[in-house]
Amino acid sequence: MTTSLPLIALIGFGLINFFLISASLLVYAERKVSAFIHNREGPNRVGPLGLLQPFADVLKLIFKEDITPKVANPFIHSLAPWLMVVIAMTTTALIPLAEGVVIADVQVGALVLLALTSITVYGVTLAGWSSNSKYSLLGGLRSSAQMISYELSMGLALGSVILMTGSLHIPTIVEDQMLVWNVFRNPIGAILFIVTAFAETNRAPFDLPEAEQELVGGYHTEYSGMKFGMFFLAEYVNLFIASFVIVTFFFGGYLLPFQSFFAGGFPGWLLVALQMGALVLKSAVFAFIFIWVRWTLPRFKYSQLMNLGWKYLLPISLANIVIIALIMAVAGLF
Amino acid sequence: MTPQFLFFCLAIVAITAALGMLIARSPVSSALWLILNLFCVAGLYLTMNAQFLAVVQVLVYAGAIMVLFLFVIMLLNVAALPSVRDIDWRLGVGFVLGVALLAQLSYAIASSTDLMPAEVSLESTVATGSVEVVAKELFTRFAMPLEMIGVLLLAATIGAVLLARRVSPK
Repeated sequence: MTTSLPLIALIGFGLINFFLISASLLVYAERKVSAFIHNREGPNRVGPLGLLQPFADVLKLIFKEDITPKVANPFIHSLAPWLMVVIAMTTTALIPLAEGVVIADVQVGALVLLALTSITVYGVTLAGWSSNSKYSLLGGLRSSAQMISYELSMGLALGSVILMTGSLHIPTIVEDQMLVWNVFRNPIGAILFIVTAFAETNRAPFDLPEAEQELVGGYHTEYSGMKFGMFFLAEYVNLFIASFVIVTFFFGGYLLPFQSFFAGGFPGWLLVALQMGALVLKSAVFAFIFIWVRWTLPRFKYSQLMNLGWKYLLPISLANIVIIALIMAVAGLF
Repeated sequence: MTPQFLFFCLAIVAITAALGMLIARSPVSSALWLILNLFCVAGLYLTMNAQFLAVVQVLVYAGAIMVLFLFVIMLLNVAALPSVRDIDWRLGVGFVLGVALLAQLSYAIASSTDLMPAEVSLESTVATGSVEVVAKELFTRFAMPLEMIGVLLLAATIGAVLLARRVSPK
């Protein structure tokens, strides 16, 4: 990688701001899509078409009083929202944005991604515990149990992709999909990964950690002001990053469709711009699907969640990885 | 220069975290200190160019095992130990000095009787810690022990499930 450090810093700065703004746009999109699905108007007062509504909400959150419960553990209570946002934002460094444009070009990138996903749970768990409230604690417990259960299937689904590519290097995995996207070569893995991504981001139908009918607000019941805002931000950043990751591993990442046939005629900067656009567009489709599913499917019961994770997803992902390994071995003979 | 500097920073934090884990009165704080310690150790691996090991350390220990620990601690709602109010600071100073003396003595004895481990240079190539090298070693030279550990873990898992299973009343 020959990219200079200031350039990487600039890309990183741009990326963080992009995700901050896209989070507020996603909140707007969520409210509009849910309104469409509920057959109502949605936000339409602040700004044209209500576009400034999320910004007004953020302003409101910043000016609200920040309350820490007396019985809470003050240090961890403030640490938890930070953890959520920082870990979510760190993940963005691993995603290749265009050919040769990636902030952290790590050889074991796919594993780093899994590691970051697996420590996301600390934010939720610690928020639940440090609030010293029954509802919060239950939310935190549910979250950690859910994450442990679905991480295995997610890792195995990712493992099947790594097996096919023969590399843990994320840009290599993307380049490997030049002819055929991984979703066509490994459809079961793709479905498994998308389902587990829903579970790992705590989105409906897997949003038991914050089930409002049972747990008031779940792990963030005792949070107010901008600390609550940070949980909110982290949720939407996580959602968007999950879309980016799904696209990167299964839907060709930044590659344009049939790029190898015509890309030679483009100047370099145009290709980079087009690839970034393609990545964002593909991810936006998945962000829409995330929202769509939330407003269409009811929440699972806890027993159903555990059954699905351990009795269906895990055996299927194990079988999938064995079958792909066998195919690879047989194909390697010829 | 930089690796050494990083090494000492990480080592100091790791030791502090380990002490914190021992001293902390609440089990959750203990677990959190241990997580910090595990992250520092992962950082130490990184300074030695063992990328794969570092990531796996975070993935397995910090990401899976410690989450399970926290889960169990929180589920059982283990109460914190009563805080110790009057620590005799003289005992603390005495302990530190005693340990220092022990370290010095054992160093003196070890170096005079040729028991010191051979000096290993921290310089390592990028290739030593890469996935390819680790995998090649694991699946060729250490293939048999690897398989045996796999079987052992499987047996342990089955045993745990069997112990936890409730016998249904007939």
